[in-house]
Amino acid sequence: MANPTPDAPDSMFRYKEGLGVWEHRGKVALAGIGHAPTARRWDEKVESSIGALTIIAAQKALDDAGISRDDVDGLVVLPTGTGDLWAPRPIPEDFAKAYIPTPGRPEDGLTETSAEWVVNNMGFKNIKAAFHTQRCMSNSICITGQMIGDGLANTVLAVRILNNLAGRYHHVSGYQGGQNAETTAAGSAQWTNPYGWGAAGVQDAYTFGQYCRKYGSNHDRMAPYVVNQHRNGLMFPEGYYYQHRPDVLTVEDYLAGRWISKPLSIYDCDLPIQTAICYLFTTAERAKNMKQPPVYMLNHASDSLRPRSSAHTLDEVEATTDSLARKLYSGSGLTPSEVDVYNPYDGFTLFTQYYLEAMNWHGVKRGEAHDFYAGDIRVEGPHPFSSSGGNSGNGRTRCWMHTDSFQQLRGQAGQRQVKIKDGRPETAISGGPTPGGGDWMVWSNKPD
Amino acid sequence: MPRPIPVPDELSKPFWDACNERRLIVQTCTACNRMQYPPERACRDCGSADQLGWREVQGRGTVTGHIVIYDSRLRAWQEMQPYNVAIIALEENPDIKFFSNLPGTPPDEVPFEAKVQLIFEEVAPGRLLHEWQLVG
Repeated sequence: MANPTPDAPDSMFRYKEGLGVWEHRGKVALAGIGHAPTARRWDEKVESSIGALTIIAAQKALDDAGISRDDVDGLVVLPTGTGDLWAPRPIPEDFAKAYIPTPGRPEDGLTETSAEWVVNNMGFKNIKAAFHTQRCMSNSICITGQMIGDGLANTVLAVRILNNLAGRYHHVSGYQGGQNAETTAAGSAQWTNPYGWGAAGVQDAYTFGQYCRKYGSNHDRMAPYVVNQHRNGLMFPEGYYYQHRPDVLTVEDYLAGRWISKPLSIYDCDLPIQTAICYLFTTAERAKNMKQPPVYMLNHASDSLRPRSSAHTLDEVEATTDSLARKLYSGSGLTPSEVDVYNPYDGFTLFTQYYLEAMNWHGVKRGEAHDFYAGDIRVEGPHPFSSSGGNSGNGRTRCWMHTDSFQQLRGQAGQRQVKIKDGRPETAISGGPTPGGGDWMVWSNKPD
Repeated sequence: MPRPIPVPDELSKPFWDACNERRLIVQTCTACNRMQYPPERACRDCGSADQLGWREVQGRGTVTGHIVIYDSRLRAWQEMQPYNVAIIALEENPDIKFFSNLPGTPPDEVPFEAKVQLIFEEVAPGRLLHEWQLVG
């Protein structure tokens, strides 16, 4: 394994249109899923540190696939967490004694997890290829699929950690002031912070306002979707709310939610949590001999929106998501009517509609998402949209959409199992995160 | 606590110097006539880095939308919430968008597509920030 672990090169992503069907369509398969327990925040105990959770999740993924650590020859790790850093506090003594540190990465295992940390602390002996990625697990899955298809490795573990320390997430505290606490604004912040453009979901709140004006809708009409996300989350045993707060969110709750960046309210935001998730991918051939029914990757596609000026506009978001849909469908060979399970990211619920409309899932066109939400979108119904419940229903991981897609296609989604095709859906699309940039995958339980 | 004061760098110094003189300038590529804000190291259209200049603009715009921040992550703004952040399209080139707190406009009382005019606010001695105010 190269030291240091290289960043995944841009050339491995499918950003452009017109690339045709993915050359490795049906040749890479998901074989193992591993979720660590969730917590609202780290309680500063070694056994619930992000490193400990990574090891738990990784082992679960290997056990789910029925393989050993020695069978793994590739790693794809997104080393940075979603929450704040531990510094400037000293590394806790018991943590330092429990794990092998990574030179030059003091936060490794505390708020971050690098490929080096995983190898050193789990004893992987046969890693021949590894990459670090950015953005989120979706990004890692694209790279994992491409590296297996390209023959760089055969059996790859993709790792994602989500850390959340005491104190308000990304807000100012005694330890995590950073740029948010400064009285000056440098770099890119000089254009935003003097105007207070620095709160959860500001970009999506602006675009949502444009959407409502263009199509004649309003924030209240988001309620059925968010309520349904929470309903689905309460059927997801791996999720935070299932494990810790099994309370039903009602329409009234949603409408009474306090504003954060109006028109974005508290229930439009996902809840930061602490956990780790790992997926084990391999070649389609190897997957046939592993424990679980394979879920095949038919395509992956990525997008990136660079706004023309200070903020994304609705026009830019719609154009970018339309392009994403074209890439996903042309690269997989599927049409909208052939997508059984659809799990777009919902970290801020106000942008999921752009993905729904772009994909034309169940015939939903531009401007029709809120009408669709008002219909029957339950998992038991004819339009089981976002069967995972997403981040909204499960807590902030950016992974529920993938796990649910895999479980649906394996027939293992339990109470969330959709009734499409008599409970045996064949295809799924999952991805995220934001309209500003993301990575998406098309799945099937058949390789062709 | 006053709002965060921009720190000029090599790229942005001409912009902030002009603000301090109560002039609003926008980076413009003289090769392809493309305006860019915030300024960048190269023209995003033609890639030219050495044909970027600045053009002074009139200072009229339109509100394309606004949000109201009730729970800011920025310490300097937490005492002032809730506050407006409007996105202003420059009349001379509506692709160019500025942020504004619309001084004098109460939170959430921002008329859509309202006309605005450029003003400057002092954020520190001798340091001015471009801002916008509703017209009429």
